[in-house]
Amino acid sequence: MRQGIVVEDLDKRFGQFQAVDDVSFEAADGQITTLLGPSGSGKSTVLRMIAGLERPDRGRIWVAGDELTNTAVQERRLGFVFQHYALFRHMTVRQNVAFGLSVRHEPKPSQQARVDELLELVGLAPFADRYPDQLSGGQRQRVALARALAPHPKVLLLDEPFGALDARVRQELRRWLDNLHRELGVTSLLVTHDQEEALELANRVVVMNAGHIEQIGTPDEIYNQPATPFVAGFVGAANVLTGWVWEGHVHFGRSAVKGAYHLEDGLPAKAYVRPHDIRLTNTESETSFGVTVDRRTNMGWESKLHLRLADGQILIAQLPNDELAEVSLARLVFAELRYAKVFRSDGEGEPRADLSTAEFPAAVPGT
Amino acid sequence: MSQADAPGTPRGAIECVRWARIALLAVAFGYVGILLIAPLAGIAWTVVKGGFHVATETFRAPDVRHAYLLTGVITVLTVVVTGLLGVVVAMVLVRDRFVGRRIVSAVVDLPLAVSPVIVGLAAVLLFGRGGWFQALFATRGIQILFALPSMVLVTIFICIPFVVREVGPVLQELGTEEEDAARTLGASPVQTFFRVTLPNIRWGLLYGVALSAARAMGEIGAVLIVSGALQGKTETATLYIFRALEERQDASAYLVALTLAGTSIVLLAAIELFKRRRIKEMGR
Repeated sequence: MRQGIVVEDLDKRFGQFQAVDDVSFEAADGQITTLLGPSGSGKSTVLRMIAGLERPDRGRIWVAGDELTNTAVQERRLGFVFQHYALFRHMTVRQNVAFGLSVRHEPKPSQQARVDELLELVGLAPFADRYPDQLSGGQRQRVALARALAPHPKVLLLDEPFGALDARVRQELRRWLDNLHRELGVTSLLVTHDQEEALELANRVVVMNAGHIEQIGTPDEIYNQPATPFVAGFVGAANVLTGWVWEGHVHFGRSAVKGAYHLEDGLPAKAYVRPHDIRLTNTESETSFGVTVDRRTNMGWESKLHLRLADGQILIAQLPNDELAEVSLARLVFAELRYAKVFRSDGEGEPRADLSTAEFPAAVPGT
Repeated sequence: MSQADAPGTPRGAIECVRWARIALLAVAFGYVGILLIAPLAGIAWTVVKGGFHVATETFRAPDVRHAYLLTGVITVLTVVVTGLLGVVVAMVLVRDRFVGRRIVSAVVDLPLAVSPVIVGLAAVLLFGRGGWFQALFATRGIQILFALPSMVLVTIFICIPFVVREVGPVLQELGTEEEDAARTLGASPVQTFFRVTLPNIRWGLLYGVALSAARAMGEIGAVLIVSGALQGKTETATLYIFRALEERQDASAYLVALTLAGTSIVLLAAIELFKRRRIKEMGR
């Protein structure tokens, strides 16, 4: 029997808009899986269908081995955390957390004990009698999490849980959630458009775009072996250089980068280059090419440089300042690309990764 | 005149605005004073002038007591029914997307636009001799026209927009996230309504209901037509005032009018309170 969350062939239309298009994946038991994609990619709709808040037009959903496709929301016993907290504004923190227990008519003493336990866990015990509008955004989201966990849900679904928070609180809460997950080990599916969040928290990432899945893999695979141009462009803020394939290289102007051995000569191609995969030198080599430095922005420990190629294309590089100190920007500057992912760009694109072969690693205890 | 030298200079402009404000305030106070306060004061004065015995006589008269009772019954029934129906209609209009939603929404406002006399006439047409529903009730021996049912019916019809128009925006503002959260936590739709939705719209609902109650107490046009204004039977407080004036019992008419006005002022204070709470409710 398959544990965790399994969805199969999910479709959902809103009027003329195909929000979710044939989506299938698994979120393994005890792990954090993230659904990553830009806004409007259908990731939240998938989550809401798993929770039962939307009805799929087609497809099936299992959680912890039970099929829930046609089960009513309130019978599913899943925890859901909303982007805007959705706390009950007329109830105190304690009443909010107790809600899921009291609607199931649990005895009062056991409700009390469970609420105390959870408030302790999320570090909000001193705030038990406050109302949501007396709490900060980060505190509200921790209440929402405690509330979702109180009735012992089979899995936890989180819809952009940190999306409404400022950057510092988001970082803090992300680390806190990671620790909490290590402690509790509850199967979690987290929707986010923030790739950093997705890669940092997840055991496994499902990348979505325009309603369908682009790639499923570990954070490492998603980052280093993007299966489609979309993933290459979306994850890691890549530069895109357009050119032509010749003998395994993509040529643009008088420069070239390798990495196109899988493509035939003469094809138009796009090379995706990450800002961190660029090195600068003052000495020309076989693999480097001349660039003009248009602008340099110091961001503390590293600098952002706008580089112009001989044919006018722009490349944005990010280099540590100590590495940059060895280069004189006043002299001729040559760029070397450490790594580029190349896709053909004549409209054919790469065939979509064969998702059915994506293997699932066994659940690792303690992660 | 400061307006004459105003254009161009900032000082002149500020002066101009100041005078305009004073003028507007004067108009507002004049309006309230002449149209609202003065008549109330006049009524109060007439009552006081009539002497104490008029009050005791009026309040002892059985037809006056019955009129108060009838107005009370109609108001209570109207408040209960418009409260329930208003919430249901508002929820359907705000939450559901269906063909003809705009038409339904417009029809809800109809009673605000149509004269109550026409509402009364429509009820007479439906329930009177030869009306569509007349046979249905007549064969069962149920009296609709010239009796309480038709009076309550037309009052409800006239009052329902007040609740719908107050609860609707609150529901809209509230959104569905809290209700979704309640459902995922295991609450049934009924539990969700009573434990999440209702507490969140309570002030808006009370505000609408208070408006509806004030309107129900003051209604005369539609009620006059459907009731037949039978003294001691289908005569409400407003209908009593109407008749007392015709029979030249001015002092009694004014006295009853004053009590109705007094109740309205209390309701107004309540409405003001609810409105403030409702604004807070929507703001949070």
